[in-house]
Amino acid sequence: MASVSVQAGDFQIADEIAALKNGRVDIGAIVTFTGTVRDMNGDLKAMTLEHYPGMTEAELGRVAEEAEKRWPLVGCRVIHRYGRLEPGDNIVLVITMSAHRHAAFEAADFLMDFLKSRAPFWKKEETSEGGQWVDAKESDTDALKRWG
Amino acid sequence: MQLVYFAWIRERVGKSEESMQLPGGIATVSDLIDHLCSINDIYKAALGDKSVVRIAVNQTHVGLDHPVTDADEVAFFPPVTGG
Repeated sequence: MASVSVQAGDFQIADEIAALKNGRVDIGAIVTFTGTVRDMNGDLKAMTLEHYPGMTEAELGRVAEEAEKRWPLVGCRVIHRYGRLEPGDNIVLVITMSAHRHAAFEAADFLMDFLKSRAPFWKKEETSEGGQWVDAKESDTDALKRWG
Repeated sequence: MQLVYFAWIRERVGKSEESMQLPGGIATVSDLIDHLCSINDIYKAALGDKSVVRIAVNQTHVGLDHPVTDADEVAFFPPVTGG
């Protein structure tokens, strides 16, 4: 069963892998994806992530459940942060574990594509010019099409 | 019913949530948006352009033609930008 967390605090990737692995020796492949706050123009002070408590957890759970139906995963963990984050800070962590690498890679890719278009989070950037909500990207919606 | 707002829609409405008695004759999310926009220009500025408004009923994504009842929690928000 996938484990999903929505939290203000940071996460430690090695600790999360160890907890998910839980001593098992039949895994073979562990993929992790970490999304971080990016400062493209050298002008980003911080980014505030707003979310919809309750629905966020439910939606991440639904996306993870779908990944577990499509691929033979032996472990699946999603952590998404909210609140005020600074450039370089962690935002999101996805860990997938499977006997073989293809399932783990594909499931992590799928999870991020669906999370980006379905999980109810909104980013507001804080620069010297003030606060600005980040626009959704059409490429994120297009990315879903390859999963059928 | 309970209405909840997020991101710039929340800022334009000026509150994050409110309770409202669902008026008669409103069957769908689209009807509800039309009703809110008819109340005043604040709702109109927040929800008037349905092409950029996303909706969840009882914390599940739905389309504009989804039915609404007085027992529902209806959320309005811009397209999501997490990850």
